[in-house]
Amino acid sequence: MANKIITKDLNLYYGTHHALKDVSIEIKEHCVTGLIGPSGCGKSTFLKTLNRMNDTIPGVRVTGNVLLDDEEVYQNAVDVTQLRKKVGMVFQSPNPFPMSIYDNVAYGLRIHGIKKRIIVDEIVEKSLRGAAIWDEVKDRLKKSALSLSGGQQQRLCIARTLAVQPDVILMDEPTSALDPISTMKIEELMSELKKNYTVVIVTHNMQQAARISDYTAFFLLGELVEYGETSQIFSMPKDKRTEDYITGRFG
Amino acid sequence: MKDHSILRSARTKSAVELVMHILFIVCGLLAVIAVLFISIYMIASGGPAIAKIGVFKFLFGQIWNPEAGQFGILPFILSSIVATALSILIAVPIGVGAAIFLTYMAGKKTGGIFLFIVELLASIPSVVYGLLGAMLVAPMIFKLQTMLSLPQSGSLLSATIVLVIMILPTIISVSASSLQAVPKTYNDASLALGSSKIQSIFKVLLPAAKSGIIAGIVLGVGRAIGETMAVMMVAGNAAMMPTLLGPVRLLTVGISLEWAYSSGLHREALYGIGLVLFVFIMIINIVLNIILKKGGKKA
Repeated sequence: MANKIITKDLNLYYGTHHALKDVSIEIKEHCVTGLIGPSGCGKSTFLKTLNRMNDTIPGVRVTGNVLLDDEEVYQNAVDVTQLRKKVGMVFQSPNPFPMSIYDNVAYGLRIHGIKKRIIVDEIVEKSLRGAAIWDEVKDRLKKSALSLSGGQQQRLCIARTLAVQPDVILMDEPTSALDPISTMKIEELMSELKKNYTVVIVTHNMQQAARISDYTAFFLLGELVEYGETSQIFSMPKDKRTEDYITGRFG
Repeated sequence: MKDHSILRSARTKSAVELVMHILFIVCGLLAVIAVLFISIYMIASGGPAIAKIGVFKFLFGQIWNPEAGQFGILPFILSSIVATALSILIAVPIGVGAAIFLTYMAGKKTGGIFLFIVELLASIPSVVYGLLGAMLVAPMIFKLQTMLSLPQSGSLLSATIVLVIMILPTIISVSASSLQAVPKTYNDASLALGSSKIQSIFKVLLPAAKSGIIAGIVLGVGRAIGETMAVMMVAGNAAMMPTLLGPVRLLTVGISLEWAYSSGLHREALYGIGLVLFVFIMIINIVLNIILKKGGKKA
């Protein structure tokens, strides 16, 4: 399978803190890649280097390469708004805007200049269907998004991300604030999403990584310790530290 | 042994508690009584004059000439409304812009210094604003008036400019704190969808802070409509219908200017102006409360 994102010797510093150390990885297209590791290991930080959301944090310095479809993400010529349109992101806790359900999904279209009512209507419906929430909200699109349950809000956030038609979807522990049933719905959604998108997901939950991801990367103290097919990582880890982590000896 | 009894101190302690309890109730009641008293007093003292002059003649009469027994305060009302509306119209974009700068663009240090200066601006006594207005703003308007071959005088425009400067701190600090209360996650979500910083501010963050900003505006209105001293020093104070470059007398000035030498119906009419002003401010406060409650429900 083709590589969607390649990082080479990626280093990231928060001021003097060295948060990512020489991370080199090849993320496959149309796969779910799970990033696991204990808190503070750099997995979320790594995720945010892929759409340059770290740029919003003062004092961050990045060296090395991130290639998206063979184009360097960290160069001056890059328009971060276009990058983030192509590499969407779903956050840890659901964060819909305080607007109607419809406007939440249409927001991304409007900021990218798509305003024609018929087109917006169509994409909003398609995105809500894509995020498996259409049937639950189709009769109340004008209601505030904040009236939805947490699990519905998170699927709405996924729909909002789908609406701008990204290639890659980054998910930062998308189910950690949700109940088990909502979590299950989003996990089911993930296997649908990978048909059309490349999904990279940070998860705290190793069972979740084992269930949904095709590839798994294990981070520890800012290093990528091991990366491979999920079945291999969980059944025959090559590195002792990976084995210790997945067998629950620390973390 | 007796010193350690659990019974000994109970009585004195509960007495202290009781006294404090009553003390706080009295403190609370004082404020309520003050408001009640003022309301009753304003209605009782302003009402009869309005009744004597006639509600319509008083509120919509265009001529204020106490010597001739003419007590029309429409020029005052309109001047107050126009001066307040104009100053709000100018101060809101500037104030909200400054709040955006303060919240999203200034760093911690710059922002801190900026906020300190803004708060300083709010604490300057209004007579000082009046002095500055009379020395700096009014002369500039004089030049404009000369250019347009109008008589040199205090004017609505001068009063408006002084009011703008006076209400800016209120609008800046209330808007900034409501912008700061908008969850950072909204901004993250917007940026992650590929919006620019400016798009994010105008399409997500400002709408999310809307109710707080409106509260700031209403507070500004209250401040502008109640301001007396600074306005009196630059507005020219002639009891005329408002024109931008002509002299105007606001409701507040209408009272204070003639207070010292008024008597009889004239003095009663000044109470009447006070009642009108009081009602204006009541309405503004009620509107403010409704807006704040609505905002609270949404969040």
